[in-house]
Amino acid sequence: MLDILSQYGMMFLVGTWPSGPVGGFAGTLILAGLGLGLSFPLAVLMALARTGHIKALRVFSTIWVYTFRGIPLVTIIFWVYFLLPVMIGTTVPAFTTALSAIVVYESAFLTEIVRAGLDGLPKGQMEAARSIGLSYFKAMRSVILPQALVNMIPSLLNQFVSTIKATSIVYIIGVQEITFSAQQINSIEMTKALSVYLVLAGFYFVACLGLSQFSKWLESQIRNRQLHGV
Amino acid sequence: MDFQLSFLMSSNVLPLLLQGAATTVRLFSTAWIIGILVAFLLVGLRAVPNRWIGRIVALFVEYHRNVPTVVQIMVWYFGMPEILPQDIKLWINRGDTEFLFAMIALGLNVSAFFAEDIRSGMRAVPHTQLEAARSIGLSAFGALIYVLLPQALRISVPPLINRSLILFKDTSLAMAIGVAELSYQTKAIENLSFRSLEVFFASTVFYLLASLALMGIGAWFSRRFPPAFKG
Repeated sequence: MLDILSQYGMMFLVGTWPSGPVGGFAGTLILAGLGLGLSFPLAVLMALARTGHIKALRVFSTIWVYTFRGIPLVTIIFWVYFLLPVMIGTTVPAFTTALSAIVVYESAFLTEIVRAGLDGLPKGQMEAARSIGLSYFKAMRSVILPQALVNMIPSLLNQFVSTIKATSIVYIIGVQEITFSAQQINSIEMTKALSVYLVLAGFYFVACLGLSQFSKWLESQIRNRQLHGV
Repeated sequence: MDFQLSFLMSSNVLPLLLQGAATTVRLFSTAWIIGILVAFLLVGLRAVPNRWIGRIVALFVEYHRNVPTVVQIMVWYFGMPEILPQDIKLWINRGDTEFLFAMIALGLNVSAFFAEDIRSGMRAVPHTQLEAARSIGLSAFGALIYVLLPQALRISVPPLINRSLILFKDTSLAMAIGVAELSYQTKAIENLSFRSLEVFFASTVFYLLASLALMGIGAWFSRRFPPAFKG
Protein backbone atom coordinates (compact mmCIF):
# COMPACT_ATOMS: atom_id res chain seq x y z
CA MET A 1 0.00 0.00 0.00
CA LEU A 2 2.85 2.37 0.86
CA ASP A 3 4.46 1.84 -2.54
CA ILE A 4 1.16 2.76 -4.22
CA LEU A 5 0.91 5.84 -2.04
CA SER A 6 4.47 6.97 -2.71
CA GLN A 7 4.26 6.28 -6.43
CA TYR A 8 0.79 7.73 -7.08
CA GLY A 9 0.40 10.09 -4.12
CA MET A 10 0.15 13.20 -6.30
CA MET A 11 -2.38 11.54 -8.58
CA PHE A 12 -4.53 10.73 -5.55
CA LEU A 13 -4.20 14.29 -4.30
CA VAL A 14 -4.64 16.44 -7.43
CA GLY A 15 -5.25 14.03 -10.33
CA THR A 16 -3.42 14.88 -13.55
CA TRP A 17 -3.03 18.55 -12.60
CA PRO A 18 -1.10 20.68 -13.70
CA SER A 19 -1.08 18.99 -17.13
CA GLY A 20 -4.84 18.36 -16.91
CA PRO A 21 -7.77 19.66 -14.87
CA VAL A 22 -7.60 19.59 -11.07
CA GLY A 23 -8.76 16.15 -9.94
CA GLY A 24 -7.94 13.70 -7.20
CA PHE A 25 -8.84 14.56 -3.65
CA ALA A 26 -8.64 18.28 -4.45
CA GLY A 27 -11.30 17.69 -7.11
CA THR A 28 -13.46 15.86 -4.58
CA LEU A 29 -13.17 18.73 -2.08
CA ILE A 30 -13.90 21.37 -4.74
CA LEU A 31 -16.96 19.46 -5.92
CA ALA A 32 -18.27 18.86 -2.39
CA GLY A 33 -17.49 22.40 -1.23
CA LEU A 34 -19.09 24.06 -4.24
CA GLY A 35 -22.02 21.62 -4.10
CA LEU A 36 -22.82 22.35 -0.50
CA GLY A 37 -22.04 26.07 -0.81
CA LEU A 38 -24.34 26.56 -3.80
CA SER A 39 -27.15 24.46 -2.39
CA PHE A 40 -27.17 26.35 0.90
CA PRO A 41 -28.91 29.54 -0.31
CA LEU A 42 -31.40 27.33 -2.15
CA ALA A 43 -31.98 25.36 1.06
CA VAL A 44 -32.56 28.52 3.12
CA LEU A 45 -35.22 29.67 0.62
CA MET A 46 -36.81 26.21 0.60
CA ALA A 47 -36.83 26.06 4.40
CA LEU A 48 -38.47 29.51 4.61
CA ALA A 49 -41.06 28.35 2.07
CA ARG A 50 -41.60 25.15 4.04
CA THR A 51 -42.14 26.94 7.36
CA GLY A 52 -43.92 29.99 5.93
CA HIS A 53 -47.59 30.81 5.50
CA ILE A 54 -47.97 30.70 1.72
CA LYS A 55 -49.57 27.38 0.86
CA ALA A 56 -48.37 27.10 -2.74
CA LEU A 57 -44.75 27.62 -1.68
CA ARG A 58 -45.15 25.18 1.21
CA VAL A 59 -46.49 22.47 -1.10
CA PHE A 60 -43.80 23.10 -3.69
CA SER A 61 -40.92 22.91 -1.21
CA THR A 62 -42.39 19.82 0.45
CA ILE A 63 -42.61 18.04 -2.90
CA TRP A 64 -39.05 19.18 -3.69
CA VAL A 65 -37.68 17.77 -0.44
CA TYR A 66 -39.49 14.43 -0.61
CA THR A 67 -38.68 13.88 -4.29
CA PHE A 68 -34.96 14.49 -4.02
CA ARG A 69 -34.66 12.61 -0.75
CA GLY A 70 -36.48 9.69 -2.34
CA ILE A 71 -34.42 9.05 -5.45
CA PRO A 72 -30.74 8.04 -5.68
CA LEU A 73 -28.10 10.60 -6.71
CA VAL A 74 -27.41 8.43 -9.76
CA THR A 75 -30.96 9.04 -10.98
CA ILE A 76 -30.58 12.80 -10.53
CA ILE A 77 -27.29 12.67 -12.47
CA PHE A 78 -29.11 10.87 -15.32
CA TRP A 79 -31.79 13.57 -15.41
CA VAL A 80 -29.35 16.49 -15.34
CA TYR A 81 -27.20 14.81 -17.98
CA PHE A 82 -30.25 14.56 -20.21
CA LEU A 83 -32.23 17.71 -19.36
CA LEU A 84 -29.62 20.43 -18.77
CA PRO A 85 -28.25 20.49 -22.36
CA VAL A 86 -31.84 20.53 -23.69
CA MET A 87 -32.76 23.38 -21.36
CA ILE A 88 -29.80 25.66 -22.10
CA GLY A 89 -29.31 24.51 -25.68
CA THR A 90 -25.62 23.68 -25.57
CA THR A 91 -23.38 20.86 -24.38
CA VAL A 92 -22.54 20.83 -20.71
CA PRO A 93 -19.18 19.71 -19.27
CA ALA A 94 -19.27 16.66 -17.00
CA PHE A 95 -18.15 18.71 -14.00
CA THR A 96 -21.11 21.11 -14.36
CA THR A 97 -23.49 18.18 -14.76
CA ALA A 98 -22.17 16.55 -11.59
CA LEU A 99 -22.19 19.82 -9.66
CA SER A 100 -25.79 20.62 -10.66
CA ALA A 101 -26.95 17.14 -9.64
CA ILE A 102 -25.19 17.42 -6.29
CA VAL A 103 -26.66 20.88 -5.63
CA VAL A 104 -30.19 19.60 -6.27
CA TYR A 105 -29.62 16.43 -4.23
CA GLU A 106 -28.02 18.16 -1.25
CA SER A 107 -30.58 20.97 -1.22
CA ALA A 108 -33.24 18.49 -0.11
CA PHE A 109 -31.21 17.36 2.90
CA LEU A 110 -30.00 20.87 3.73
CA THR A 111 -33.57 22.18 3.69
CA GLU A 112 -34.43 19.76 6.49
CA ILE A 113 -31.36 20.85 8.45
CA VAL A 114 -32.21 24.55 8.07
CA ARG A 115 -35.83 23.84 8.96
CA ALA A 116 -34.77 21.99 12.10
CA GLY A 117 -32.55 24.97 12.97
CA LEU A 118 -35.48 27.38 12.53
CA ASP A 119 -37.85 25.15 14.51
CA GLY A 120 -35.23 24.76 17.23
CA LEU A 121 -35.41 28.41 18.26
CA PRO A 122 -38.00 29.45 20.86
CA LYS A 123 -41.13 30.95 19.29
CA GLY A 124 -40.65 33.99 21.52
CA GLN A 125 -37.71 35.11 19.36
CA MET A 126 -39.89 35.70 16.31
CA GLU A 127 -42.71 37.17 18.39
CA ALA A 128 -40.36 39.56 20.18
CA ALA A 129 -38.71 40.62 16.91
CA ARG A 130 -42.08 41.27 15.28
CA SER A 131 -43.44 43.11 18.32
CA ILE A 132 -40.59 45.64 18.30
CA GLY A 133 -41.70 46.49 14.77
CA LEU A 134 -39.42 44.41 12.52
CA SER A 135 -40.93 43.04 9.29
CA TYR A 136 -40.98 39.26 8.75
CA PHE A 137 -37.92 39.36 6.48
CA LYS A 138 -36.02 41.79 8.67
CA ALA A 139 -36.75 39.60 11.71
CA MET A 140 -35.61 36.50 9.80
CA ARG A 141 -32.44 38.14 8.60
CA SER A 142 -31.31 39.92 11.77
CA VAL A 143 -32.77 37.81 14.59
CA ILE A 144 -33.77 34.28 13.60
CA LEU A 145 -31.28 33.19 10.91
CA PRO A 146 -28.09 34.34 12.70
CA GLN A 147 -29.04 32.33 15.79
CA ALA A 148 -30.30 29.33 13.85
CA LEU A 149 -27.19 29.23 11.65
CA VAL A 150 -24.83 28.95 14.62
CA ASN A 151 -26.82 26.01 15.98
CA MET A 152 -26.74 24.41 12.52
CA ILE A 153 -22.95 24.45 12.08
CA PRO A 154 -22.36 20.89 13.38
CA SER A 155 -25.15 19.48 11.18
CA LEU A 156 -23.77 21.40 8.21
CA LEU A 157 -20.34 19.88 8.80
CA ASN A 158 -21.88 16.41 8.95
CA GLN A 159 -23.67 17.15 5.70
CA PHE A 160 -20.33 18.17 4.20
CA VAL A 161 -19.02 14.73 5.15
CA SER A 162 -22.05 13.13 3.46
CA THR A 163 -21.46 15.28 0.39
CA ILE A 164 -17.79 14.24 0.14
CA LYS A 165 -18.91 10.61 0.25
CA ALA A 166 -21.72 11.22 -2.25
CA THR A 167 -19.38 12.79 -4.84
CA SER A 168 -17.56 9.46 -5.23
CA ILE A 169 -20.20 8.21 -7.69
CA VAL A 170 -19.73 11.04 -10.22
CA TYR A 171 -16.72 9.25 -11.73
CA ILE A 172 -19.31 7.30 -13.78
CA ILE A 173 -19.75 10.37 -16.01
CA GLY A 174 -15.98 10.95 -16.11
CA VAL A 175 -15.58 13.78 -13.60
CA GLN A 176 -12.02 14.07 -12.32
CA GLU A 177 -12.03 13.36 -8.61
CA ILE A 178 -10.29 10.89 -6.34
CA THR A 179 -12.34 7.79 -7.18
CA PHE A 180 -11.72 8.51 -10.86
CA SER A 181 -7.98 8.78 -10.11
CA ALA A 182 -8.08 5.43 -8.31
CA GLN A 183 -9.78 3.83 -11.33
CA GLN A 184 -7.02 5.22 -13.58
CA ILE A 185 -4.25 4.04 -11.25
CA ASN A 186 -5.86 0.62 -11.04
CA SER A 187 -5.91 0.33 -14.83
CA ILE A 188 -2.21 1.26 -14.96
CA GLU A 189 -1.18 -1.16 -12.22
CA MET A 190 -3.59 -3.99 -13.05
CA THR A 191 -2.47 -6.35 -10.26
CA LYS A 192 -2.64 -4.23 -7.12
CA ALA A 193 -6.36 -3.49 -6.97
CA LEU A 194 -6.72 -4.14 -3.24
CA SER A 195 -3.91 -1.73 -2.31
CA VAL A 196 -5.17 0.95 -4.70
CA TYR A 197 -8.72 0.83 -3.39
CA LEU A 198 -7.63 0.64 0.25
CA VAL A 199 -5.49 3.76 -0.25
CA LEU A 200 -8.55 5.40 -1.82
CA ALA A 201 -10.66 4.34 1.17
CA GLY A 202 -7.92 5.67 3.47
CA PHE A 203 -8.17 9.17 2.00
CA TYR A 204 -11.91 9.31 2.58
CA PHE A 205 -11.57 7.67 6.00
CA VAL A 206 -9.07 10.19 7.36
CA ALA A 207 -10.89 13.23 5.96
CA CYS A 208 -14.42 12.17 6.91
CA LEU A 209 -13.54 10.82 10.36
CA GLY A 210 -11.55 13.97 11.13
CA LEU A 211 -14.40 16.23 10.02
CA SER A 212 -17.06 14.33 11.96
CA GLN A 213 -14.93 14.34 15.13
CA PHE A 214 -14.43 18.08 14.70
CA SER A 215 -18.18 18.49 14.27
CA LYS A 216 -18.80 16.56 17.51
CA TRP A 217 -16.35 18.77 19.38
CA LEU A 218 -17.94 21.89 17.93
CA GLU A 219 -21.38 20.70 18.95
CA SER A 220 -20.28 20.31 22.57
CA GLN A 221 -18.69 23.78 22.44
CA ILE A 222 -21.90 25.35 21.14
CA ARG A 223 -23.99 23.54 23.74
CA ASN A 224 -21.65 24.68 26.52
CA ARG A 225 -21.87 28.24 25.32
CA GLN A 226 -25.66 28.11 25.37
CA LEU A 227 -25.77 26.53 28.83
CA HIS A 228 -23.51 29.15 30.33
CA GLY A 229 -25.07 31.97 28.35
CA VAL A 230 -21.81 33.53 27.16
CA MET B 1 -39.31 15.29 -26.57
CA ASP B 2 -42.75 13.67 -26.67
CA PHE B 3 -43.60 11.13 -24.05
CA GLN B 4 -44.54 7.70 -25.39
CA LEU B 5 -45.96 5.34 -22.84
CA SER B 6 -46.16 2.61 -25.47
CA PHE B 7 -42.36 2.57 -25.62
CA LEU B 8 -42.14 1.57 -21.97
CA MET B 9 -44.74 -1.13 -22.49
CA SER B 10 -43.03 -2.66 -25.52
CA SER B 11 -41.86 -6.24 -25.25
CA ASN B 12 -38.14 -5.43 -25.44
CA VAL B 13 -38.20 -2.72 -22.76
CA LEU B 14 -40.69 -3.69 -20.08
CA PRO B 15 -39.08 -7.06 -19.20
CA LEU B 16 -35.68 -5.35 -18.77
CA LEU B 17 -37.13 -2.70 -16.47
CA LEU B 18 -39.01 -5.25 -14.39
CA GLN B 19 -35.91 -7.43 -14.19
CA GLY B 20 -33.91 -4.42 -13.03
CA ALA B 21 -36.49 -3.50 -10.41
CA ALA B 22 -36.57 -7.11 -9.19
CA THR B 23 -32.77 -7.17 -8.87
CA THR B 24 -32.90 -3.88 -6.93
CA VAL B 25 -35.44 -5.35 -4.52
CA ARG B 26 -33.45 -8.58 -4.20
CA LEU B 27 -30.22 -6.69 -3.53
CA PHE B 28 -31.96 -4.51 -0.97
CA SER B 29 -33.56 -7.35 0.94
CA THR B 30 -30.53 -9.67 1.02
CA ALA B 31 -28.22 -6.82 2.08
CA TRP B 32 -30.76 -5.78 4.71
CA ILE B 33 -30.82 -9.26 6.23
CA ILE B 34 -27.01 -9.47 6.27
CA GLY B 35 -26.97 -5.97 7.79
CA ILE B 36 -29.32 -6.68 10.67
CA LEU B 37 -27.64 -10.03 11.52
CA VAL B 38 -24.12 -8.57 11.50
CA ALA B 39 -25.40 -5.55 13.47
CA PHE B 40 -26.62 -7.78 16.32
CA LEU B 41 -23.28 -9.61 16.21
CA LEU B 42 -21.46 -6.26 16.48
CA VAL B 43 -23.64 -5.12 19.39
CA GLY B 44 -22.94 -8.43 21.13
CA LEU B 45 -19.18 -8.18 20.48
CA ARG B 46 -19.10 -4.65 21.89
CA ALA B 47 -20.51 -6.00 25.14
CA VAL B 48 -17.56 -8.40 25.51
CA PRO B 49 -15.21 -6.89 28.09
CA ASN B 50 -12.10 -7.08 25.93
CA ARG B 51 -10.30 -3.94 24.80
CA TRP B 52 -9.05 -5.40 21.52
CA ILE B 53 -12.43 -6.72 20.45
CA GLY B 54 -13.91 -3.32 21.26
CA ARG B 55 -11.28 -1.57 19.15
CA ILE B 56 -11.73 -3.88 16.18
CA VAL B 57 -15.51 -3.41 16.25
CA ALA B 58 -15.05 0.37 16.51
CA LEU B 59 -12.67 0.34 13.51
CA PHE B 60 -15.13 -1.80 11.52
CA VAL B 61 -17.94 0.64 12.30
CA GLU B 62 -15.89 3.76 11.54
CA TYR B 63 -14.56 2.30 8.26
CA HIS B 64 -18.08 1.66 7.04
CA ARG B 65 -19.39 5.03 8.20
CA ASN B 66 -16.59 7.18 6.78
CA VAL B 67 -15.77 5.58 3.44
CA PRO B 68 -18.20 6.11 0.52
CA THR B 69 -20.40 3.10 -0.13
CA VAL B 70 -19.32 2.88 -3.76
CA VAL B 71 -15.67 2.66 -2.67
CA GLN B 72 -16.57 -0.14 -0.27
CA ILE B 73 -18.23 -1.96 -3.17
CA MET B 74 -15.07 -1.49 -5.28
CA VAL B 75 -12.81 -2.76 -2.49
CA TRP B 76 -14.87 -5.96 -2.40
CA TYR B 77 -15.30 -6.43 -6.13
CA PHE B 78 -11.84 -5.42 -7.41
CA GLY B 79 -9.71 -5.90 -4.31
CA MET B 80 -10.93 -8.80 -2.22
CA PRO B 81 -10.48 -11.53 -4.87
CA GLU B 82 -6.71 -11.00 -4.37
CA ILE B 83 -6.81 -12.28 -0.80
CA LEU B 84 -9.92 -14.46 -0.62
CA PRO B 85 -9.18 -18.20 -0.35
CA GLN B 86 -9.39 -20.04 -3.66
CA ASP B 87 -12.44 -22.10 -2.62
CA ILE B 88 -14.54 -19.08 -1.66
CA LYS B 89 -13.50 -17.29 -4.85
CA LEU B 90 -14.57 -20.24 -6.99
CA TRP B 91 -17.86 -20.48 -5.11
CA ILE B 92 -18.59 -16.78 -5.64
CA ASN B 93 -17.57 -16.89 -9.31
CA ARG B 94 -19.93 -19.79 -9.93
CA GLY B 95 -22.88 -17.58 -9.01
CA ASP B 96 -23.63 -14.00 -9.96
CA THR B 97 -20.24 -12.53 -8.94
CA GLU B 98 -21.20 -8.86 -9.22
CA PHE B 99 -24.44 -9.32 -7.31
CA LEU B 100 -22.79 -11.29 -4.49
CA PHE B 101 -19.99 -8.76 -3.95
CA ALA B 102 -22.44 -5.85 -4.03
CA MET B 103 -24.66 -7.70 -1.55
CA ILE B 104 -21.76 -8.34 0.84
CA ALA B 105 -20.48 -4.75 0.59
CA LEU B 106 -23.91 -3.15 1.06
CA GLY B 107 -24.81 -5.57 3.87
CA LEU B 108 -21.62 -4.89 5.84
CA ASN B 109 -21.96 -1.16 5.16
CA VAL B 110 -25.47 -0.96 6.56
CA SER B 111 -24.62 -3.25 9.50
CA ALA B 112 -22.31 -0.58 10.94
CA PHE B 113 -25.15 1.96 10.95
CA PHE B 114 -27.73 -0.56 12.19
CA ALA B 115 -25.43 -1.50 15.09
CA GLU B 116 -25.17 2.13 16.19
CA ASP B 117 -28.95 2.57 15.98
CA ILE B 118 -29.60 -0.56 18.04
CA ARG B 119 -27.00 0.47 20.60
CA SER B 120 -28.44 3.95 21.02
CA GLY B 121 -31.85 2.40 21.71
CA MET B 122 -30.37 0.10 24.34
CA ARG B 123 -28.46 2.93 25.98
CA ALA B 124 -31.59 5.06 26.18
CA VAL B 125 -33.14 2.67 28.71
CA PRO B 126 -31.64 3.26 32.17
CA HIS B 127 -30.43 0.21 34.11
CA THR B 128 -32.88 1.03 36.91
CA GLN B 129 -35.72 0.08 34.56
CA LEU B 130 -34.54 -3.54 34.63
CA GLU B 131 -34.12 -3.47 38.40
CA ALA B 132 -37.58 -1.97 38.88
CA ALA B 133 -39.13 -4.50 36.50
CA ARG B 134 -37.49 -7.42 38.32
CA SER B 135 -38.46 -6.06 41.74
CA ILE B 136 -42.15 -6.00 40.88
CA GLY B 137 -41.83 -9.71 40.10
CA LEU B 138 -41.30 -9.89 36.31
CA SER B 139 -38.99 -12.62 35.04
CA ALA B 140 -35.89 -11.58 33.11
CA PHE B 141 -37.73 -12.46 29.90
CA GLY B 142 -40.86 -10.61 31.01
CA ALA B 143 -38.82 -7.55 31.87
CA LEU B 144 -37.24 -7.64 28.41
CA ILE B 145 -40.56 -8.03 26.56
CA TYR B 146 -42.75 -5.67 28.61
CA VAL B 147 -40.35 -3.06 29.92
CA LEU B 148 -37.00 -2.86 28.11
CA LEU B 149 -37.83 -3.56 24.45
CA PRO B 150 -40.89 -1.27 24.21
CA GLN B 151 -38.71 1.63 25.33
CA ALA B 152 -35.60 0.71 23.33
CA LEU B 153 -37.47 0.01 20.07
CA ARG B 154 -39.09 3.44 20.16
CA ILE B 155 -35.60 4.93 19.97
CA SER B 156 -34.05 2.39 17.57
CA VAL B 157 -36.69 1.75 14.93
CA PRO B 158 -37.06 5.23 13.34
CA PRO B 159 -33.32 5.52 12.51
CA LEU B 160 -33.33 1.88 11.38
CA ILE B 161 -36.12 2.66 8.90
CA ASN B 162 -34.33 5.82 7.78
CA ARG B 163 -31.12 3.86 7.21
CA SER B 164 -33.08 1.20 5.29
CA LEU B 165 -34.23 3.97 2.96
CA ILE B 166 -30.61 5.00 2.38
CA LEU B 167 -29.70 1.35 1.75
CA PHE B 168 -32.49 1.15 -0.80
CA LYS B 169 -31.12 4.16 -2.67
CA ASP B 170 -27.55 2.87 -2.31
CA THR B 171 -28.43 -0.28 -4.27
CA SER B 172 -28.13 2.00 -7.32
CA LEU B 173 -24.38 2.26 -6.64
CA ALA B 174 -24.02 -1.41 -7.57
CA MET B 175 -24.29 -0.34 -11.21
CA ALA B 176 -20.67 0.81 -10.82
CA ILE B 177 -19.54 -2.84 -10.89
CA GLY B 178 -22.15 -3.90 -13.45
CA VAL B 179 -24.92 -5.39 -11.34
CA ALA B 180 -27.99 -5.36 -13.58
CA GLU B 181 -30.21 -3.52 -11.11
CA LEU B 182 -32.68 -0.80 -12.07
CA SER B 183 -30.21 2.08 -12.60
CA TYR B 184 -27.97 -0.13 -14.73
CA GLN B 185 -30.90 -1.30 -16.86
CA THR B 186 -32.18 2.28 -17.14
CA LYS B 187 -28.85 3.41 -18.55
CA ALA B 188 -28.60 0.35 -20.81
CA ILE B 189 -32.06 0.92 -22.32
CA GLU B 190 -31.33 4.62 -22.75
CA ASN B 191 -28.03 3.85 -24.51
CA LEU B 192 -29.79 1.59 -27.00
CA SER B 193 -32.97 3.56 -27.64
CA PHE B 194 -32.15 7.22 -26.83
CA ARG B 195 -35.63 7.48 -25.35
CA SER B 196 -34.26 9.06 -22.16
CA LEU B 197 -37.45 10.74 -20.99
CA GLU B 198 -39.55 7.58 -20.77
CA VAL B 199 -36.91 5.33 -19.20
CA PHE B 200 -35.72 7.89 -16.65
CA PHE B 201 -39.32 8.66 -15.75
CA ALA B 202 -40.14 5.00 -15.17
CA SER B 203 -37.13 4.35 -12.95
CA THR B 204 -37.63 7.61 -11.01
CA VAL B 205 -41.24 6.67 -10.28
CA PHE B 206 -40.16 3.25 -9.04
CA TYR B 207 -37.48 4.63 -6.68
CA LEU B 208 -39.73 7.43 -5.50
CA LEU B 209 -42.75 5.24 -4.71
CA ALA B 210 -40.63 2.73 -2.80
CA SER B 211 -38.87 5.52 -0.87
CA LEU B 212 -42.14 7.26 -0.04
CA ALA B 213 -43.51 3.96 1.24
CA LEU B 214 -40.51 3.56 3.55
CA MET B 215 -40.78 7.20 4.69
CA GLY B 216 -44.49 6.61 5.33
CA ILE B 217 -43.77 3.58 7.51
CA GLY B 218 -41.21 5.64 9.44
CA ALA B 219 -43.64 8.51 9.99
CA TRP B 220 -46.40 6.11 11.03
CA PHE B 221 -44.12 4.39 13.55
CA SER B 222 -42.99 7.68 15.12
CA ARG B 223 -46.60 8.81 15.47
CA ARG B 224 -47.87 5.49 16.79
CA PHE B 225 -44.89 4.91 19.11
CA PRO B 226 -43.47 8.28 20.18
CA PRO B 227 -40.04 8.07 21.86
CA ALA B 228 -41.15 8.92 25.39
CA PHE B 229 -44.15 7.49 27.21
CA LYS B 230 -46.59 10.24 28.01
CA GLY B 231 -48.08 9.41 31.42
